[in-house]
Amino acid sequence: MASVGGKSFLDNLGKIYLMYTGGFIFFVIALAIAEQMGMSNKMIGYTYMFITIGLYAVIGISSRTAKISEYYVAGRSVPALFNGMATGSDWMSAASFIGMAGTIYGLGYDGLAYIMGWTGGYVLLAVFLGPYLRKFGQYTIPDFLGARYGGHAARWIGILAAITASFTYLIAQVTGVGIIMGRFLGLDFATGVFVGLGGILVCSMLGGMKAVTWTQVAQYIILIIAYLVPPVVMSQKVTGVPIPEIMYGQVLQKIDAKEKAINADPKEQQVMALWKEEAAKMDAKIKGLPATLDEGKKALDDKLAALPADAPAKDREAIQKSIKDYPQTPEAAKEKWTETKKKYEASSKPLKPYLQPFARLDMKNMLALTFCLMVGTAGLPHILMRYYTVPSVKEARISVGWSLFFIFLLYFTAPAYAAFARNEVLNNIIGLPIAQLPAWMANWGKVGLVTFKDINADGILQFYELTIGADAIVLAMPEIAGLPYVISGLVAAGGLAAALSTADGLLLTISNALSHDLYYKIVNPQASILRRLTISRTLLVIVALIAAYVATFKLTIIVELVAWAFSIAAASFFPALVMGIWDKRANKAGALAGMWAGFSICLFYMIGSRFYGVSWWGIKTISSGLFGIPLGFIVIYVVSRMTAPPSQELQEFVESVRIPKGASRAHAEH
Amino acid sequence: MAKELKNLDRDRLRQYWNYNKKLTGMTLAIWFVVTYVAIFFSPQLDSIVILGFPLGYYMGAQGSLIIFVILIFNYAFKMNKADIDYGVEEEEE
Repeated sequence: MASVGGKSFLDNLGKIYLMYTGGFIFFVIALAIAEQMGMSNKMIGYTYMFITIGLYAVIGISSRTAKISEYYVAGRSVPALFNGMATGSDWMSAASFIGMAGTIYGLGYDGLAYIMGWTGGYVLLAVFLGPYLRKFGQYTIPDFLGARYGGHAARWIGILAAITASFTYLIAQVTGVGIIMGRFLGLDFATGVFVGLGGILVCSMLGGMKAVTWTQVAQYIILIIAYLVPPVVMSQKVTGVPIPEIMYGQVLQKIDAKEKAINADPKEQQVMALWKEEAAKMDAKIKGLPATLDEGKKALDDKLAALPADAPAKDREAIQKSIKDYPQTPEAAKEKWTETKKKYEASSKPLKPYLQPFARLDMKNMLALTFCLMVGTAGLPHILMRYYTVPSVKEARISVGWSLFFIFLLYFTAPAYAAFARNEVLNNIIGLPIAQLPAWMANWGKVGLVTFKDINADGILQFYELTIGADAIVLAMPEIAGLPYVISGLVAAGGLAAALSTADGLLLTISNALSHDLYYKIVNPQASILRRLTISRTLLVIVALIAAYVATFKLTIIVELVAWAFSIAAASFFPALVMGIWDKRANKAGALAGMWAGFSICLFYMIGSRFYGVSWWGIKTISSGLFGIPLGFIVIYVVSRMTAPPSQELQEFVESVRIPKGASRAHAEH
Repeated sequence: MAKELKNLDRDRLRQYWNYNKKLTGMTLAIWFVVTYVAIFFSPQLDSIVILGFPLGYYMGAQGSLIIFVILIFNYAFKMNKADIDYGVEEEEE
């Protein structure tokens, strides 16, 4: 293993990873047998974590390198297919793996905006950026902005945008690692975060991009196996054919039929009416502010005081928790209660059909969201960076195809995942007596992912009495399908692989922006190779620690910030990169103005629509990039034409980027 | 930086770039139709049901994705061939 990334390793890649895949499957089977022989769930969880993180660490450590080109771009020796797998796991985060199917479960057709948006972006990447960046052949994305637009100003904006977009995203991954560790190993959140952090750092610190690449390939294999097993079994169970992607068509029809039956059921209508009353009560409470705030607080205090001394500790803790969570100010109360009211109101209306387009998101917003996600995907620096690592322009083109293919395997299964889950809930859970609900509901109820309340007190579960968290769909599927715990552990290991691989790529992007672009290119261009690598490794550790520290606060805004990062990347990076290649006339003044304009208008709309009620054509905050992206292009075009054209040298640079000839020469680096 | 541009016929270069632009344009046109036009007409497409899938839903969940993958590979193979046809391919090491 000492020669990971060496010549004999590269010549035998296929064989090595096939053996690895076989070995992993053998390991899962061995664990399954051990489970039958009485191995405990907790032991299974620990074995998975120990073995998989151990594997990543071995790959990471044996890829250590002291060469700049290996550290930053894996020696540009990654074949198209394997770069595709690495990009796949670099791209698919904890949110894709755990949250995507749940989002579709909740949003129905409208949730497909994420499926199309996060895949269609690769078409843009393939034709606008990937091959040209490979021809350019440097180390980072700010490198390209710096070279194309001359001087440090463009590089500075590049550094800033790369760090903002990647850092928020990184925190979300670290949080994901903490949650998975917590649920499956019973570690507390902070410990989980720091154990995961160790896993991230041993992969990237010694070998940089080279180590991250070969670890990501290994992580892709685990995550895709883990994702596909539960729906395949579920499909076999429900339809008799183990191909969920084809068979869920008939399941969709069952969902549709059952939804109609639910809306016609008098018991369900009774529940809806009850939620309507609850919503009205909440409304009165909001209108009665601030008096109702004190009343509520007093009621809770009285309840605590009235609790008999021998009451179970659990009851006492529950009341204390409600007091702690109780809103402090009338403003906070208004926000919290309005949200609750909206939730109640949603439960008081007939079920919207799962298959019906634009039932939850209007057409305008669905189109806007799909577009912003696509452009955001094509503008994310940690993904673009991966196309520096292939040997040639030719391979870069093919590699984008493989990237999307490997991502596609997961994304086209996600709607099937969602459909099987929804079918199970609608047709097998709803209508059951509360006392006979399956065990998985209680298991996931403990962590708050599944909750139910028998609001009409008839002892039977109605649709609107049940709330399922988005993350529960993927995490609980093995139990829903009646699979042994070894598969639940596999899914957790897959989620962990997804989170770790994305975190690795992001961490490297941030530390490279600081060590390569900021330190080497701007501060100290004379720095020795050893010094550059030392600084990069030190920064990696520092950035990782900061990310973990921020993650331990569990800020709820993080999920939202990730969506913002997409729009920021889309509005600031994408126009400048594309115009840099496609418009010879684009110059420094145009690019700077365009990047600032795209970035500012995007930020303005995000903050304005989220907090101050700004609304242009009713576009939601998540699609803020819709305004920034075209503005960026227009400003670059117009300002460039109002100012002096770029120098002859720069124009020739653009021409040279447009043709593959000469790319191999980029190999002559240390 | 622009060493590779020497000894190249400017007309051939322009033709190569025009070919690229045409291929890019066609790729993006299909990309646009299978996502945005398909979303727009989704309610109408849904009246066609194949294997239980309403067509509008299917396009969003699978159809457009399959076409994206094909589009990218098609672009890659055509461009890799064009490199040779127009004499701008990379040197083998």
